[in-house]
Amino acid sequence: MTHTDWPLWEVFVRSRRGLSHTHAGSLHAPDAEFALRNARDLYTRRGEGVSLWVVPSSAITASSPDEKDPFFEPSADKPYRHPTFYEIPEGVPHL
Amino acid sequence: MTTTPAEDTARTAAALALGDDALVLSHRLGEWAGHAPVLEEEVALANIALDLLGQARVLLSMAGDEDELAFLREERAFRNLQLVEQPNGDFAHTIARQLYFSAHQYLLYDALASGEGPFAPLAGKAVKETAYHLDHAEQWTLRLGDGTDESHARMQRAVDALWRHTGEMFQPVEGLDVDPAALEAAWLERVTEVLRRATLTVPEGPRTGAWKAGAGRQGLHTEPFGRMLAEMQHLHRSHPGATW
Amino acid sequence: MATAAARDTAGSQAYDVPAGAGDTAGLERAFDAAVAADERIEPRDWMPDAYRATLVRQIAQHAHSEIIGMQPEANWITRAPSLRRKAILMAKVQDEAGHGLYLYSAAETLGTSREELLDKLHSGRQKYSSIFNYPTLTWADVGAIGWLVDGAAITNQVPLCRCSYGPYARAMVRVCKEESFHQRQGYELLLALSKGTPEQHAMAQDAVDRWWWPSLMMFGPPDDESQHSAQSMAWKIKRHSNDELRQRFVDICVPQAESLGLTLPDPDLKWNEERGRHDFGAIDWTEFRDVLKGNGPCNEERLTRRRRAHEEGAWVREAAAAHAAKHSSSETGATRA
Repeated sequence: MTHTDWPLWEVFVRSRRGLSHTHAGSLHAPDAEFALRNARDLYTRRGEGVSLWVVPSSAITASSPDEKDPFFEPSADKPYRHPTFYEIPEGVPHL
Repeated sequence: MTTTPAEDTARTAAALALGDDALVLSHRLGEWAGHAPVLEEEVALANIALDLLGQARVLLSMAGDEDELAFLREERAFRNLQLVEQPNGDFAHTIARQLYFSAHQYLLYDALASGEGPFAPLAGKAVKETAYHLDHAEQWTLRLGDGTDESHARMQRAVDALWRHTGEMFQPVEGLDVDPAALEAAWLERVTEVLRRATLTVPEGPRTGAWKAGAGRQGLHTEPFGRMLAEMQHLHRSHPGATW
Repeated sequence: MATAAARDTAGSQAYDVPAGAGDTAGLERAFDAAVAADERIEPRDWMPDAYRATLVRQIAQHAHSEIIGMQPEANWITRAPSLRRKAILMAKVQDEAGHGLYLYSAAETLGTSREELLDKLHSGRQKYSSIFNYPTLTWADVGAIGWLVDGAAITNQVPLCRCSYGPYARAMVRVCKEESFHQRQGYELLLALSKGTPEQHAMAQDAVDRWWWPSLMMFGPPDDESQHSAQSMAWKIKRHSNDELRQRFVDICVPQAESLGLTLPDPDLKWNEERGRHDFGAIDWTEFRDVLKGNGPCNEERLTRRRRAHEEGAWVREAAAAHAAKHSSSETGATRA
């Protein structure tokens, strides 16, 4: 383990009220503050009204998992991220 | 609500000043793409750059055509602060620049948002973004200042070097319904608190230049700015009238 | 890599040898059955060492490709000719960093670390897609990369959304969704150029002429020369052959090129009524092998830039780790705005 090592964290996201948190993936961060911020940047593109949990991977006790990951929507206020934003001529297949 | 021609001109001047700040800083942050110190910072710096570019586009559009203004003005017509045009330097330098600027921009947008002037709608949206930029800069200031000996030395050098550009942020801006000078005390309090917590020495020394001709708001910039503009504008200018 | 040795700092993702592991043949049968039934293999499942090794290499090289791929495009951020295009390009390059992060995370679930993988990249022991060893010489190249390179990547990647390894498949779903924006961005950029001034049209055509053949090479060597394919197909890490995907890509691009008003630089490209596909010309595999070996236009530059960024960033990463060690209980946000 080198002195530049940033530990691994697991990220859980609740994308809307009424849903529960689901596992979104993992990331490296030096501490909890950065883990939270990096998770926001990476897994939600800072969508508002989202709840995030970050947990050091080493803190998780697991049995045989059977989890599915949520399918993430990009941030709603960045229209150029959505394919429908572009004016592609009609009839161009496969776009 | 109707405005007088004089009010329009003043408003345009203010839109340019604020818009150029955001445009130029966004450009500098875009220069980090592909070689940030850690992959997570690629995403974070790009977020800030994109937010600023979004703000710039709204503000410049209040003053005219966004691309004409960005790509066809000469150096002396830009109204950004000299602070934001400073080259990135090392990561500490970039963070110090961000800390100083975002602390100012946050206070400014907060004040504009609570008013009823023409900048209130943009400010209301941008203040949340700016809060995030400021938080990012503060978190890194703490880690670099109170990290290793090397990071501390680099961060101290950076905050010292950029200190002399911080006074300009509080000079009056024509057409703005907030007086920047009114924000200075709060800015100083916030910045000095973060620096101290980061175990850094608060810089002393002048916060403006001695040059009577003025600074960025008067269209007087630094040498790196001209080179930055040359790169930024070259392709657009090479194809006059073209759309992209 | 020995199964027991896969324990690492990634706590929950440490590989466990289940009880009764003496029955490796039984475990292998169960594994094979799961794969055959299109079930997902998850990080804590038993898996053959070779499956693990192949996946680590494939996912890592995919991640490396994303971050190296940032460079040719970042090359044009500061010169983007309109603010809208600049925003789109910055967002695209940001996405690529994000994809790299997702993929390194997926690779780490197999018992490796990002440090280790980056080390392999920097030392040349792991590769990245050789398409990124070509230079972006004009603004139109940004469009060509979006249309052709991302298009080829999508063709490759969509099947991977159903690959047998869970974390990789899930990362690919996220990547593919963001990638569709990238391809449309490139297409739209080229369309604007093609319909613009004569200089812009020429710029677009020149870029397509330079990027077409390398894009076809992205699908890898012809099936009869591809070493690892058979086993990867059996494990459902690879779901279609190189030639199949390449053909699919060509058939998609031909009408798109027509709509763009641009030509593809292949005099042998023509519709074959019998096959219901387009015939296309011979690929110059010597160029492919040469670039793969390190003799492409930008190999040196790409790796040097990446290594230097990593080295120059060391003091930053160290500072953050040192700060965390000094303040081992989390600080709450007096600074949280």
